[in-house]
Order: sequence, then C-alpha cells, then structure tokens
Amino acid sequence: MAFSNGYIIGFAGAVCVGCSIFVAGSAVALRERQELNAVVDKQTQVLKVAGLVKEGEAITPAEVGKRFEENLVPKLVDLESGEYVDGDAAGFDMDAAMKDPAQSIEAPANDAKVARLPKQGLVYELKGADGQVSAYILPVEGKGLWSTLKGFIALEPDTTTVAGLTFYSHKETPGLGGEVDNPKWKALWAGRKVFDDKWTPKVEVIKGQAGPAADDPYRVDGLSGATLTSRGVTYLVQFWVGPEAFGPYLEKKRGGAKK
Amino acid sequence: MAKPSKIVLDPLFNDNPIALQVLGVCSALAVTTKMETAVVMSIAVIAVLMASNAAISALRNRIPPSIRIIVQLTVIASLVIIVDQVLKAYVYEVSKQMSVFVGLIITNCIVMGRAEAFAMQNGVKDSILDGLGNGLGYSLILLVVGAFREVFGSGSFFGIQVLKPVTEGGFYQTNGLMVLAPSAFILIGIFIWVLRTFKPDQVEAE
Repeated sequence: MAFSNGYIIGFAGAVCVGCSIFVAGSAVALRERQELNAVVDKQTQVLKVAGLVKEGEAITPAEVGKRFEENLVPKLVDLESGEYVDGDAAGFDMDAAMKDPAQSIEAPANDAKVARLPKQGLVYELKGADGQVSAYILPVEGKGLWSTLKGFIALEPDTTTVAGLTFYSHKETPGLGGEVDNPKWKALWAGRKVFDDKWTPKVEVIKGQAGPAADDPYRVDGLSGATLTSRGVTYLVQFWVGPEAFGPYLEKKRGGAKK
Repeated sequence: MAKPSKIVLDPLFNDNPIALQVLGVCSALAVTTKMETAVVMSIAVIAVLMASNAAISALRNRIPPSIRIIVQLTVIASLVIIVDQVLKAYVYEVSKQMSVFVGLIITNCIVMGRAEAFAMQNGVKDSILDGLGNGLGYSLILLVVGAFREVFGSGSFFGIQVLKPVTEGGFYQTNGLMVLAPSAFILIGIFIWVLRTFKPDQVEAE
C-alpha cells in the first residue's frame, strides 16, 4: 500500500498533536500533587536537618506539616543588616525573590557562583525548651559539578557548631557527587565548626578523611570521585554563613561575641 | 497465531529480552542497587511496553512505513513522560532516586524493539500480551540482580536489614563491588550462563 506525501505529513501532524495532548494533559492534571510533594519534601528536609525526623523514618505529609508548624518559626531577615523584617515569612519564596530584580541584588563575586542575592532571606528558628532558639536553619545553595545544590544547614545557638546539613535538590552524578545525600556523610557534619575563632568561615570538605569532630572541627571527609561537588559544598556553606549572606544575622544572634 | 499464554510466558526464560536478546542492559545496571527502585522501574517499563505495543498495534495499518520509526519513538516518548509525571506525583521519594533513569526508558531498546518486531505485525490483544511478557522478562532479571546487589552490597532487602554490616557492629563486610554498576554485568552474565546451561538451544553457534 502506498501512502501519499500529503497523508504522511498529515499522519505525522496528527501523531504529534495526539501525543502532545496526552503529555500536556498529564502534566496539568498532576501538577498540583507534584508541587505539594515538592513542598512536603522540602519541609521534610528542614525537619531532618533540625533532627526532628530521623533518617529513614517514614512520615506522612500531614505529620510533616504538623511537626513543621509546631517546632519551627520562619523568620524573614534583612541580609545586609541582619535584622528581622516584618512580612509573610511562611509564604515567602526565596527562589522567586532571588530572580526578582526588585527583591534581589547582584551578588558579589563568589566561589559558590551565586548570581543574585535576595535582599531578604528566610531562616527557620527551632524552638527550644524554654523559649530559647535551639538551632538556626539557613538555606544554602551553590554550584556543584552539574547543578545547583539547594539545601539547608542547621547551626546550634553558638552559631558556629553545625547541627546538620542536607540538600533537597541537586542533579549531581548518582553514586559520586550524588553521595551528598548519603546519611552517613551528612552525619559527619554534626559537631563541626563553621567559623574559626576570628569568625571567618573556615569549614571545608577536604580530600580524604578528616578526624572526629572534636579533634578536627573545621574539616569534613571528601566524597570520593566527586572533587568538584565537594568543593562546591565547601564554597556554598562558607558563602551563606559569610558576610555577604547570613553573616550579619548570625553575628546579631551570638550577641557580643564580635570579632 | 501463538497461544496467549505462550506470548506472555516465552519471554521469561525461552526468549528473555535481556538474557537472550541482550536488550535494555544499561538500565538494568543503573537501577538495580536496591529492590525498591528495581520494582518501580519494572512496573514503569511494563506499563510503557504494554501501552506502546497497544498504540502501535492499533495504528499499524495506518503508519506510513517511511516514518514508522519516528512515530514509534514519539508514542514511546510521550508514554514515558506520562509515567515520569505519575511517579513524581505518587511516589516522589523513589522518583527522586531514579532521577534520570525513568526518562531513559525511552532509549530502552526493549520498548522500541517490541514495537518494531511484534506490534507492527500483530493485533492489539496479542501485542499487549507481548508487552506484558517482555516487561515481565525484563523485570525478572531486574529483580534477581537487584536482590543479589542489595543483599550483598548493603546487607538489606527492600531496605530491611538482613545481614548486619560491620560498620554497624555486625558481622557482614559489605561488598562494595555489588553497589557499583559492573557487578550487574557479572550477575547478568552468570544469569545467562545458568539459563543456557538448562536451555542449551539458546547457545549461539560458534
């Protein structure tokens, strides 16, 4: 059977239209659920870094929302002054703010390759026993090898001891740079110090193995076969606790202990 | 035409897509470090295979031969995107772990191989059964390889600990090779060897 050219072109067009209707339909129909999943996943990561969800613990989305509400206070912080600012902290979208020219500034040259800095940052404060804050949870992001790693770092009230580090979004090589998600590696961060005694960011991911946190507080084991991802993690942690980002806020938080 | 049961069961051992046709090996290496991802990948491939075989078979008399490959590819690619969307919506954690490999079902030679070799010549019902059978044949290898790799590589099965590793105070020294992709090559090789020992007719003539 012979097909005319007109038929072939028409058939190709019909296949394209038919397939695109299916694809678009599924994307639109499922978008709400996917966005909800992404939000829940992000909140779960915040809870994990705050130690409120254990690694490997199965938790329902409702429970995530509940623990999140109960234990964490979102705060908007002016990055330059380090002061709190009023505003809808819970509904604040830092990713959007970083893209909006009105809400962000061009970032100074930095190794984390952050292009724009939001004027206001969103931090979470973990409620402690007696009205004190028991941890500060800061967003971090920066370039690894292939992708931008986005995550959170939790700092204890002294603002230098790491309580945890986690990433909720990255596209590093699975098995190499992707090991930033490895719970064992993330656990190595706990107890390390971010700042040296002059309050400059010092912690780094080294090549090879670092000692235990008590003896070797400024270094973390490198990820084998993932030098660039390891380096990216060093830069992004140092950048976001540093003077251009949350440095002023952390300085306020530790009170008199200025440099 | 062959009996329906034969169409479904043949690809398991007699005409296994991985072991005999040696198709779709790359994804079999990538997603078999853990049972959970292997199971989800299996289900995804079965769904795509059945749906693509059904669609191609329904259109087989209308597809102009000159553009049949691109039409098959368009249909398969659309189905894979839909599967990816569904996974993101319903099993987000797992879909995060499988990352790029869901998208790579498009390049899984089994899907296009079956569309071209079977669905283009056979009716819709037989084609769906053929998709199911080949999907199951693929899954069989994935699950066997996944089970070995998870048990010996991480000392667990579906995330539940069965062999307590040394790092957590147990006795089992985890086998690092099993976590890496080359171990899947070795396991698939052993699987093919065992299969051909029992079914000597699968051995190619020298």
